[in-house]
Amino acid sequence: MTPTRKRRLTGVLVIIIGVGIAAVVAMQALNENMLFFISPTDVEEQDLPAGKRFRLGGLVANGSVSRASDSLAVAFVVTDGAKSVDVRFDGILPDLFREGQGIIAIGELTPNGHFEASEVLAKHDENYMPPEVADALEKAGHVESET
Amino acid sequence: MTVELGQISLLAALLTALVLGLVPMIGTYTGNRRFMAVSTTAALIQCLLVMISFGILTSAFVIQDFSVEYVARNSNSLLPMHYRFSAVWSAHEGSLLLWELILAVWIASVALFSKRLPEVFRARVLAVLGWISVGFLLFILLTSNPFGRLIPSAAEGLDLNPLLQDFGLIIHPPLLYMGYVGFSVAFAFAVAALLGGEVSRDWVRWSRPWTLVAWAFLTIGIALGSWWAYYELGWGGYWFWDPVENASFMPWLVGTALIHSQAVTEKRGAFGNWTLLLALSAFSLSLLGTFLVRSGVLTSVHAFASDPTRGIFILAYLAVVVGGSLTLYAIRAPKMIQGGGFAGTSRETFLLVNNLVFAVMAAMVLTGTLYPLLIDAMGAGKISVGPPYFGLLFTWLLVPLVLALPVGIYSRWQKDEGSRLAGMLRWPLVMSLVFGAGVWIMEPDIGFVSAAGVTGGAWVIFGSMFYVGHLLKRKNSFKIPASVLAMTLAHVGLGVFLIGLSLVSTLSTEKHLRMEAGDKYQMVDYTFQFLGTKVVQGPNYTADEGEFVIYKGEREVTRLYPQKREYAQRGNTMTEAAIDPGFTRDLYVSLGEPLDQNGRAWAVRVYHKPFIRWIWLGSIFMLCGGMLAAANKRYRRKLPVKKPVKTGSKEVTA
Amino acid sequence: MNSRIFPLVGFVLLVVLLVVGLKIADQKTNLPSPLIDKPVPAFDLPVLASPGQRMSKESLLGKPYLVNFWGSWCVTCRAEHPVVTELARLNAVYIVGMNFRDESEDAVAWLKRWGNPYDVSLVDFDGRTSIDFGVYAAPETFLVDPSGTIVFKHLGQLTWEIVENEILPRVANMESGS
Repeated sequence: MTPTRKRRLTGVLVIIIGVGIAAVVAMQALNENMLFFISPTDVEEQDLPAGKRFRLGGLVANGSVSRASDSLAVAFVVTDGAKSVDVRFDGILPDLFREGQGIIAIGELTPNGHFEASEVLAKHDENYMPPEVADALEKAGHVESET
Repeated sequence: MTVELGQISLLAALLTALVLGLVPMIGTYTGNRRFMAVSTTAALIQCLLVMISFGILTSAFVIQDFSVEYVARNSNSLLPMHYRFSAVWSAHEGSLLLWELILAVWIASVALFSKRLPEVFRARVLAVLGWISVGFLLFILLTSNPFGRLIPSAAEGLDLNPLLQDFGLIIHPPLLYMGYVGFSVAFAFAVAALLGGEVSRDWVRWSRPWTLVAWAFLTIGIALGSWWAYYELGWGGYWFWDPVENASFMPWLVGTALIHSQAVTEKRGAFGNWTLLLALSAFSLSLLGTFLVRSGVLTSVHAFASDPTRGIFILAYLAVVVGGSLTLYAIRAPKMIQGGGFAGTSRETFLLVNNLVFAVMAAMVLTGTLYPLLIDAMGAGKISVGPPYFGLLFTWLLVPLVLALPVGIYSRWQKDEGSRLAGMLRWPLVMSLVFGAGVWIMEPDIGFVSAAGVTGGAWVIFGSMFYVGHLLKRKNSFKIPASVLAMTLAHVGLGVFLIGLSLVSTLSTEKHLRMEAGDKYQMVDYTFQFLGTKVVQGPNYTADEGEFVIYKGEREVTRLYPQKREYAQRGNTMTEAAIDPGFTRDLYVSLGEPLDQNGRAWAVRVYHKPFIRWIWLGSIFMLCGGMLAAANKRYRRKLPVKKPVKTGSKEVTA
Repeated sequence: MNSRIFPLVGFVLLVVLLVVGLKIADQKTNLPSPLIDKPVPAFDLPVLASPGQRMSKESLLGKPYLVNFWGSWCVTCRAEHPVVTELARLNAVYIVGMNFRDESEDAVAWLKRWGNPYDVSLVDFDGRTSIDFGVYAAPETFLVDPSGTIVFKHLGQLTWEIVENEILPRVANMESGS
């Protein structure tokens, strides 16, 4: 094998190994860092472990928002029409946060059953609802309350 | 006023674009010089027609013609004049017309400033650009017409989205599109080269200034978007790895690789296939980005209103343009790398590292952006991929790039010695290590990664500047060649960017608080005092305006007035942050929400952001470097007469 | 030729993925409603700008009616308004306007400015009814038959095509049928 060929081969090999490593690291990072979207119904039906981060989406249930009087702590309920989840959040809510509004909260379930959010998102357009939330609402169906 | 004229003008532009796409191209295969010459006229007429159309839409906004649905949806009688102009491109239809306008301007520029190119090649470049324009014009006319009427006419408009009533909207999209769309020129040059079977590398030299200008615009366009998000959104963030942001970042990554690859191919003939492929990919990614943000395929906080039918059109267009060009590449790209080989230690090698790193970065961003779609398509759930993934990959990939940069600058072409390079880089290395260590000692909180980032940035800066010194000493003069100055500026910009990024990532402080009038909060060495809010009236909004006094020790540094605005027409609420900008730090305050009935207590966000301006300052340096490089007189030198190049098709001697 | 075909192959795979993505996105706007063929959710709501007056689903039994969810804040509602107005002018079906998550004075002003096509306007101030109907974005329109069952739903802007092809035929059926 000529020196040029050998050098070319080494070069190609180095490149393949380098890119291969990058790809493996990427897939790892992808799998560790992707956040699943889960609706309140799913939360109740699937027994989710506490401590795993995910995105919870649904509507803010009416009359459920309450703020602490001396800090930024706030509690509210997220519902998809069928089931609901209690959410606690310590921070500033987005401008469009309102009862009846579709939102996504990122965080994890705590051992005592409520969802501790580290981030709450609502898009800057009141007509919009994240497609995942819309999907979940539809899937949950609606239990009409006969009076 | 008849806005329908705008539509007619676009239709005429479409016909002209068809002529531009067909006639000159036919001319290149039949040797008909008159046909080939049609390209200039067609390009100029098309530009004029699109300008007329755009002008008509703009005037509809300026005079507030609410009988036009697009105007009614995005404007309002209270909207200040300067926003009426920018409202034109604030939503899907208008922004597409802006795209087309910018494309038409680029095409006309190529027609006007490339008279020295061989006429066959030039005709083909313009024809390819004509086809691209045909696609966009069809898209606008068939699916996204901004000239539709609202009957009965609206008495009042719905107002421009308050988030967009801002200086940022006035400049960000046009500059960004200048970049995005500008890569179509490099694309057209590459396709023309493939069609002609160009084995010589002259076509690369011709395409360089066009590519550099597009790249420079894209750089500043992205930087502006980041700066705008920073002050407009009120959360102190400047980059979110949002699909829309990624859609603009991918062409930039490939574009950066392209401008470097072009240099190698022009000078040494190597990387011929890389350059071709990168040129095709840059514009392809621009188109892909357009598709992703307008089709509803990806969820994003700033995607346009999604419409799958539009998505189908763009996807078909994408398939034709990109698929066609990649097929051409597969068939026609030269089988061997032209030009000489190169040793393991050579400039070519370091630039190859550059090409690879940027290509892999682009691939990683693409994967992360599309991964949720893939998982959804497989029915495996709905996920999102966030900053942790992108941030991690990006950081790791920067390592080889930063290490290679100064070494590559000093390297000789074709063959060099590692020991020689090590000798010359000794001082930059020592200085950057000292700098990095010094920063780390002063601010131990930044941690290893950030300190490494600072050291890397310093390494890039010192390496680049020392090279200039070395060059001047060798030439025994004080005159820096423009091309070297341009390169140095751009690389220093990268270094400044890296230092700013590393420092602000770990040193920035953020606090969300509940504050009542009179409350104080201490952050780093500043004290923020909240003095309460009062109501103020804007042209089309009412706001609660807070007053904050900021002290450093006993001295008052500044007063900030963040607002919480209520826009009457749409009922939107908007946060207007207040920033005290500085070379070494930004102080940033924004109002959250009132926490009690009488508005005396508010949720407040307070930030201290050291060196954040360095991120955009670095981008400005890169812009200047790119523009300076494009202005190089070398590109405007008269070209020697060329010998005919043999190919599979009939070729006309240039 | 061999290695240079990779980019093209990669691109083809990408296009396949994007086509699938488009199909999914398309479905997101045409979500089949789980409410079809189910009884309309119960509601008992005040009438807009008429203090004291209320209406419940029971009072609407016996005739087909359209429920159109809208808000003065909703851009698309403004765009579909001419279609709703035309439908009202034809007197083809009883139209119930369901104003939700809105201030009544804004709603009244909106109707005054653009015209009121509704036979009756109800107010779902807190949005409870919209949740029961599974409404997450405006506008959304439901067609209810005389027995109080939802037979059709449309999400998004109402076009004349939908009125002609989906709503009017069903109304005609209901009138001729039972």
